[in-house]
Amino acid sequence: MIYLFDGSLTGLLTAVFEWFERKPGHTQLQLTEIFQPDAFTESFEVITNEEKADRVWKGLQKKLKKDWQRTFYCSYLSEIPEAYNHLFQFAIYIFKSEIGAAANYGNDHVIALSKYAKSVEREKHRMEAFIRFQKTGDGLFYTSIDPEFNVLPLISNHFKNRYADQQWIIYDLKRKYGLYYDLNAVEEVTIDFSDGAKSSNPSPALMDEKEELYAILWKDYFKSANIVARKNTKLHLQHVPKRYWKYLTEKQLA
Amino acid sequence: MSDRIREKLNILADAAKYDVSCSSSGGTRKNDNKGIGDSHTSGICHTYTEDGRCVSLLKILLTNHCIYDCLFCVSRKSNDIKRAAFTVDEVVDLTMNFYRRNYIEGLFLSSGIFKNADFTMERLLLVCKKLRLEQRYNGYIHLKTIPGASDELIKEAGLYADRMSINLEMPTEAGLKLLAPEKSHADVIKPLGFVQQNIVQFAEDKKLIKHVPKFVPAGQSTQMVIGATPESDKDIMYTANAFYKNFSLKRVYYSGYVPISNDSRMPILGTQPPLLRENRLYQTDWLMRFYGFKVQEILNDANPNLDVDIDPKLSWAIRNMQHFPVDINKADYKMILRIPGIGVMSAKKIVQARKFGRLRIDQLKKIGVAYNRAKHFITCADSPYQIKDYQGTQIKAFIMADSQSKYLKTDNNQLILF
Repeated sequence: MIYLFDGSLTGLLTAVFEWFERKPGHTQLQLTEIFQPDAFTESFEVITNEEKADRVWKGLQKKLKKDWQRTFYCSYLSEIPEAYNHLFQFAIYIFKSEIGAAANYGNDHVIALSKYAKSVEREKHRMEAFIRFQKTGDGLFYTSIDPEFNVLPLISNHFKNRYADQQWIIYDLKRKYGLYYDLNAVEEVTIDFSDGAKSSNPSPALMDEKEELYAILWKDYFKSANIVARKNTKLHLQHVPKRYWKYLTEKQLA
Repeated sequence: MSDRIREKLNILADAAKYDVSCSSSGGTRKNDNKGIGDSHTSGICHTYTEDGRCVSLLKILLTNHCIYDCLFCVSRKSNDIKRAAFTVDEVVDLTMNFYRRNYIEGLFLSSGIFKNADFTMERLLLVCKKLRLEQRYNGYIHLKTIPGASDELIKEAGLYADRMSINLEMPTEAGLKLLAPEKSHADVIKPLGFVQQNIVQFAEDKKLIKHVPKFVPAGQSTQMVIGATPESDKDIMYTANAFYKNFSLKRVYYSGYVPISNDSRMPILGTQPPLLRENRLYQTDWLMRFYGFKVQEILNDANPNLDVDIDPKLSWAIRNMQHFPVDINKADYKMILRIPGIGVMSAKKIVQARKFGRLRIDQLKKIGVAYNRAKHFITCADSPYQIKDYQGTQIKAFIMADSQSKYLKTDNNQLILF
């Protein structure tokens, strides 16, 4: 049996609800949009339903401690098709078992989720570390990113608490939405880049007059802090993989 | 104007880089005044220099003018280098602007000693106060305690800093006297002890009174230079152990000496820093702090130095084969932690997972155990039956045959002939 869903978290949780309604035996969960039907397996399209999803989530909250609720959510944010199926199987396993079943690291789905969550948390942490704001002429701090996983929901609070006294935007170019903090609250925004505005590096003309100076000072600092006698390129690359260099002011040529 | 500040930053960052601590962990400050900055408990490394070291803090000296002449220090009085000094406002401005752009987690402020200890400490304190009070800055501040500064100044600084540190510099008193005759370990012990007493006192008060200000919430640390003087690994780690115990230090840092002078009492210019040795010392430090090892188990009169070719945990295991093999499905957590190839995360997962059934090899691998290493020391549900009882030295040979040291290619302790 194959269950098909729309890729939303609500859809995924609804699928769990439908499974317990029908108990069709072993079932795979797949995304509708990439589903390839074959002649031998039956499929069933899950209709996303808020109420059903809500009941499932409440049930999971009773069965899972806070850290596992987060692991579940993080795995979902990985947006990896196989992760959706593991989440589905994991939820079924949890509902069928006694409280505490998430600690069974011998279970394939438990291990899979803890790995997905680890990757997502790492990407989240890297965004908290590698984001570089540029200050615009009107005092707004702007940055754009294209993270591997959908981590904006996870980093929102961190930046809100930290930069409470400055307006900022973090824009996810890959998923085409961003976070805007207006000194009170964070809201989701979309920006239309079609009128020739370059998304990744806003024109220097729009920048605060001191922006360039601080970028130069930071690059200087980065160079000065290096100890040449200890050069270790392998370690450097391990910590700052090349795909993140485009974010980093200190890695841009002068 | 901008050229001058660039030059200052280059000089004063360059002079500060031999202080290896860049940790920003343990901060508990919350942004509760709608100001700027909020600590991240585990710290954040915002970038890494090309030597692979983390950059978390803006690490600078207030000045590199210094009245002392310590041989191991680039800023020593007799060294012919460019000197510079930041104004208090310049440091505040740099910190704020770097922080606002998410370049850094905070400030690490140290200084050469100009005029005297109190004069220097006062300026450091002023930077902290301006940041906290005028800029409403809640980011991380790591402040050097200046040995010899008055108790009042040190105590006041502790109210604004997250972490304070003083470097032991050399692992033994004899080593220190050789290179810095004007200094002694006692100069370090006194202020370390003073700050420690205050940390304890504030914590006690906090139990009774609701609003007690924070006092050095991220604790104290220190640093030792390795390889400048001929101490054994045992000397170094016993000193570290004593300081962890006596002053509840959060960290002891080991800094491989990078030659900066041609004095005959130290390794000559061009000598490679002892990176592998430094790594082994950190591994030992971790075993002491997170794996329940006593320093005497790892280093003692029979083994005064750490093995270069294998890590200290493996080294301990092959010297103590009487404890192995360990049954993964029965042994207690403490013993599982001691198995080479199993770290803290895996050990925790094993202890949880085995409640659901006896663990097999494939499960251990998925949990994250380095099975090729661990297999010599464990039994689990489907371990192959072993007739032969291998000696520690044989196991070492097996492990070394199928693992490659990341240091082999860069290990310059080996003489390269061609």
